[in-house]
Amino acid sequence: MATTGVDAPGRAQIGASTLRTDRWWIQPAFTFGVLTAFVVYSAWRVFSGQYYYASPYVSVYFSPCLATDCAEGALPGGPISWWWLSPALLTAWIPLTFRFSCYYYRKAYYRSFWMSPPACAVSEPHGKYTGERRLPLIMNNLHRYTFYLALLLNIMLTIDAVLAFRTPNDYQWGYVGVGTLILTANAVCLWFYTLSCHSCRNAVGGRITHFSKHPVRYKMWTVVSKLNAHHMMWAWISLGTVVLADFYVYLLASGRITDFVFFTV
Amino acid sequence: MGYSAKFKVWRGDDEGGALEDFDVDVNEGEVVLDIVHRLQATQAPDLAVRWNCKAGKCGSCSAEVNGKPRLMCMTRMSTFDPAETITITPMRTFPVIRDLVTDVSYNYTKARMVPAFAPPADLEPGDYRMAQVDVERSQEFRKCIECFLCNNTCHAVRDHEDNKDGFSGPRFLMRIAELDMHPLDTVDRRDVAVEDHGLGYCNITKCCTEVCPEHIHITDNALIPLKERVADKKYDPLFSVSSLFRKATGRDKAPETPKG
Repeated sequence: MATTGVDAPGRAQIGASTLRTDRWWIQPAFTFGVLTAFVVYSAWRVFSGQYYYASPYVSVYFSPCLATDCAEGALPGGPISWWWLSPALLTAWIPLTFRFSCYYYRKAYYRSFWMSPPACAVSEPHGKYTGERRLPLIMNNLHRYTFYLALLLNIMLTIDAVLAFRTPNDYQWGYVGVGTLILTANAVCLWFYTLSCHSCRNAVGGRITHFSKHPVRYKMWTVVSKLNAHHMMWAWISLGTVVLADFYVYLLASGRITDFVFFTV
Repeated sequence: MGYSAKFKVWRGDDEGGALEDFDVDVNEGEVVLDIVHRLQATQAPDLAVRWNCKAGKCGSCSAEVNGKPRLMCMTRMSTFDPAETITITPMRTFPVIRDLVTDVSYNYTKARMVPAFAPPADLEPGDYRMAQVDVERSQEFRKCIECFLCNNTCHAVRDHEDNKDGFSGPRFLMRIAELDMHPLDTVDRRDVAVEDHGLGYCNITKCCTEVCPEHIHITDNALIPLKERVADKKYDPLFSVSSLFRKATGRDKAPETPKG
């Protein structure tokens, strides 16, 4: 007789970790594959430190570019002068920690990476479980701070998207290339992902008990709650647009393709 | 159109047991509980099963069908392939009494630990007045029928018997969230949620939401908001400073009045 787990003493001795007959493993396996690919790709781009600016586009991983030796055109291009590594390392930790502490991604990685549990009513392989009560996982309670930082980052990425409407050579307004559309779509998706965040929902009104005394915050909470219902969807879509936006800039900056221009002055 | 279906039903008690094979007739429109009743009537008159309303409202017939925590009365036979063998077991998180019946007293013990609703001392019963907009969040949680499928599915206790002392499971954390959001409740329940009911054990894998037969958004609307409220108090230094400022300037309400 097992001493712990789903066949602990006193419980029905069934002797199987799960009796589910559906393909419950597909979802965690898919999540594991996609998130691993994302982490590997992001690490390669962030540490590479090159091919991140192709006028008028800047890679999402390298914005804001805070090192003084950033590529010309990647804003703001300072003020950190002593940095010698990839400039993306100065800012890439913000979206990384935002997504790592995100309530949706927590579900995703607890299930697919840590198998705690791999799926509902499927036994986890661990003998002990302490949850988010100790370091380091208790740090996930600071999600709200990564949310605030992500808001600032979104403002910068929105500026990047607006600046992508300028011509590549003389920065005149009135230019629309494929990259312009990709950067704009990425900024929009990131706003939806960020504003649908559970910490945002709490901050705008969730912590209030008397909505009737705070009609404006109640309205904001109502709107964020509607977005929040699709938080998982925006988490995945924005993950894809981040990679797409960066990879397109990489292809342009490395000379593998040229931008397709829809309109220019 | 009727057919004969193959079933495996767990029979036994806390000393041991096994899955037993049965062939049972199935008719159009039936649910799993109907089949269990036919099994009792025709082949296994001593089969123990707990049930009551047959309408998904009493929360009595919780079990696991093909490994998934379900109400037997709400699991339609039409969702299975007629050639499929259907396995029925008791809930696997609670001690088994006999066959499909489990001892769910863990849940009642945890229920008693939740501090009761505490309206302002000077407010008489009958004088409660609340705006609908203030109570509608809590009303979603009142749909709970206490089938305990959420607590049965939560891996924190399902896979770890030793966590039962410190963790009350999603059902009772949802109850605490319900009271914490209640406009007339005066008790700050955030410390209790963490220290007595083990909110930190919850790693929001959403299985409680997936199995809830009342489709309550337990994770998104109760557990995560409760975690955020706890973070306001325990893990957010800026919010703590701001609360001190509000108290010092008299902008915060006294603790005995309803929460702001």
